Amino acid sequence: MKAKHQRLILALVALCGIAGAGVLAASALRDEAAYFRTPVEIQGGKAAVGEPMRLGGMVTKGSIQRQADGLTIRFVATDGKASVPVEYKGIVPDLFGEESGMVADGRMRADGTFVADRILAKHDERYMPPQMGDMPKNVKAPAGV
Amino acid sequence: MIAELGLALLWIAAALACLSLVAGTLFLRGGPKDLAALVRPASVAQGVLTAAAFGLLIALFVRSDMSVELVARNSNSLKPMIFKVAGTWGNHEGSMLLWLMILSLSGGLIAIFEKRLREDTLVATLAAQAALSLGFFAFLLFSSNPFKRLPVAPPDGQGLNPLLQDIGLAFHPPTLYVGYVGLSVAFSFAVGALITREIGPAFARAMRPWVLGSWIFLTLGITAGSYWAYYELGWGGWWFWDPVENVSLIPWLAGAALLHSVAVTATRNALRAWTVMLAVIGFSMSMVGTFIVRSGLLTSVHSFAVDPERGTFLLALMAIYIGGALTLFALRAGSVAEGKKFALLSREGSLVINNLLLTTILALVLLGTLYPIVAEAMGEKISVGPPYYNKVAGPLALILCLVMVAGPLLGWRKDDGKRLWSRLPMAIFAGAAVLFALILFGGKVGILPLLGMTVAGIVAVASLAPLWGRNLRRTPLPTWGMVTAHFGVAVCLAGMGAESAFIKERLVAAAPGDVVKVGDFAVKFVGVKPIAGPNYTAIEGTLVATTSSGGSFTMRPEARTFPGLMGTAPTETNEAALLTRPGGQLYAVLGQPVTSDDGSADRYQIRLWWKPLVWWIWLGGALIAIGAALSLLGRAQLLNIWRARRSRKSQERFAP
Repeated sequence: MKAKHQRLILALVALCGIAGAGVLAASALRDEAAYFRTPVEIQGGKAAVGEPMRLGGMVTKGSIQRQADGLTIRFVATDGKASVPVEYKGIVPDLFGEESGMVADGRMRADGTFVADRILAKHDERYMPPQMGDMPKNVKAPAGV
Repeated sequence: MIAELGLALLWIAAALACLSLVAGTLFLRGGPKDLAALVRPASVAQGVLTAAAFGLLIALFVRSDMSVELVARNSNSLKPMIFKVAGTWGNHEGSMLLWLMILSLSGGLIAIFEKRLREDTLVATLAAQAALSLGFFAFLLFSSNPFKRLPVAPPDGQGLNPLLQDIGLAFHPPTLYVGYVGLSVAFSFAVGALITREIGPAFARAMRPWVLGSWIFLTLGITAGSYWAYYELGWGGWWFWDPVENVSLIPWLAGAALLHSVAVTATRNALRAWTVMLAVIGFSMSMVGTFIVRSGLLTSVHSFAVDPERGTFLLALMAIYIGGALTLFALRAGSVAEGKKFALLSREGSLVINNLLLTTILALVLLGTLYPIVAEAMGEKISVGPPYYNKVAGPLALILCLVMVAGPLLGWRKDDGKRLWSRLPMAIFAGAAVLFALILFGGKVGILPLLGMTVAGIVAVASLAPLWGRNLRRTPLPTWGMVTAHFGVAVCLAGMGAESAFIKERLVAAAPGDVVKVGDFAVKFVGVKPIAGPNYTAIEGTLVATTSSGGSFTMRPEARTFPGLMGTAPTETNEAALLTRPGGQLYAVLGQPVTSDDGSADRYQIRLWWKPLVWWIWLGGALIAIGAALSLLGRAQLLNIWRARRSRKSQERFAP
């Protein structure tokens, strides 16, 4: 095989590979990109029931309630403009607490509660989701919203 | 005084970098030869002075000198000493100084040890390294001075993030940084060789130890980071596809590709342009990573030190370095492209496929990581999660592993298909055996873990094939290195597959005396007791895990509370308890007390996981690093000389 042909074949293989990878990436991005939502967007009707998504917000002071089974907690996530009740069954991660930022993976239930599969751990107590950047500092939502 | 001295040393080091750059450039443009003689000592001195400045910063942290802003913000006199020291680089300014110190020191090391390159290429390389460090000196001195004093010293510092008080996290960033910066040396070598048009085996051999070395550190850093996240965060996962994790994976992928292509250039003088290109990509990716972490552009659960101004500065640096290198590459690529020829079915051919796959995975991970930024610019808030990465990277990684099976069995230049097939039966048999066993006894296993474990079986056997029929004592170290690293990939893959396929989980609210079954274990919750640590209090749970074969093990997970300082709220962390068995790990987390209606706490939240073979993931990572280290040792001049001398001596001894 001539060097020229060989390079052509290699280039074609590479091209097919790149095109395939592009298609794969595009379809995966369309299917799997979890939308990041803030409470005000959810209240505005932007999130469909059952659609997987990531919710970011602050845990409202005094809103954490433990259920009788000892494993489920309910709390209210807020971005200062709107609030969403969240339900989570499990052990909350380190640094989770009232009046601190939190991010959770899960989906909306028909009754308007966000059911979290997982609350994400964070590494720094000063962490805030960047999407919350437009939120006024030190929001204190009224207790027990 | 210490802080002022440190700052002064940094300025002098920056001036020396400037001197190296100017003298090197003038020499390359036909200036007097004396200029070249300046560059080496200037590079060494720059390295020494930057290291001294870093030492002074450590001293400030050790002495808890709260009049320095950085110390006041990131340290506390109550911290244990080891974390005071580690606190030096646990923040933006300190970590940038660490980065710069490693960059400068590696420039100094090239100046002292590099003997293979032509003088002009060496000078060009050192000048390129000086140009890199000059940019970071500017960054440090103008926008992130670590030695800045406070007008009034506070009584004590603020920083006491309990999560960062962990030995794993203390040494994880420096390990990664050594890896990142090692790639900067490869970058400088590539730029130097492009400038003097000396791209060939000599250049590749000079660059190879740096690529190997940085890849070892990247591998160790990623492995250690993954294990840290696993045992410290209490969520039981080992990889999250978080942007901050991804930006360490991306340079690792580039390093893996470069490692293989530089081998081809060094031994066969082929793939020259591609090797140079990868060297440029490798360091560009570590800069992109630094930029992403430092600029706060991305939603990451562990973003820190967010500052848009710094982001802009880094972006400008990146544009200059990456843009400059790529322009140089475009101008010179024509003259370096032609190398030795090879057939598609050959060692070179398989390495080209390996490189294409690695760079494709790299591109897809980068795309997923950056996509949220692009989407946000178009007004959509999105975050790309694990499902995307598993879908795109999983299949490609498995194909890559199959290429890894064939590659080492092929000869250089040209091989034929029959010869390859004749070497594969054992490996294919192993894969088939794993597959059948999983289908028969595995129950419901997802397609990706199933394929993963099958491919792991094939790779495990095939990776040992290059040793068959060889005199093991005379097998060169680099071959041992390749075998070990490839076997490590199989071990890692088997661990990932088994963990995701067969994980067992229980979440309960248990009262003392309760028994929970998980996997083969019956775990009895004995009770809790309060304990006190050096700067925290904790509730320690006692669990006794018994196996069906009669073994009994005690596990003590903790829920720690760190007092809030200077008005901050106290923070709580979980210390998971791990029970490591040959077949996997039992992972226990103690959660909140469950109060009943009368207010008494009689039960506790307990989460238990049985994770089969999970520790193989990190064992595999360690094996990969060890393999790369063996390869590096085998190529070190010193060791080869020692070996030659020893074999000569033993020949003399046995001479009649």
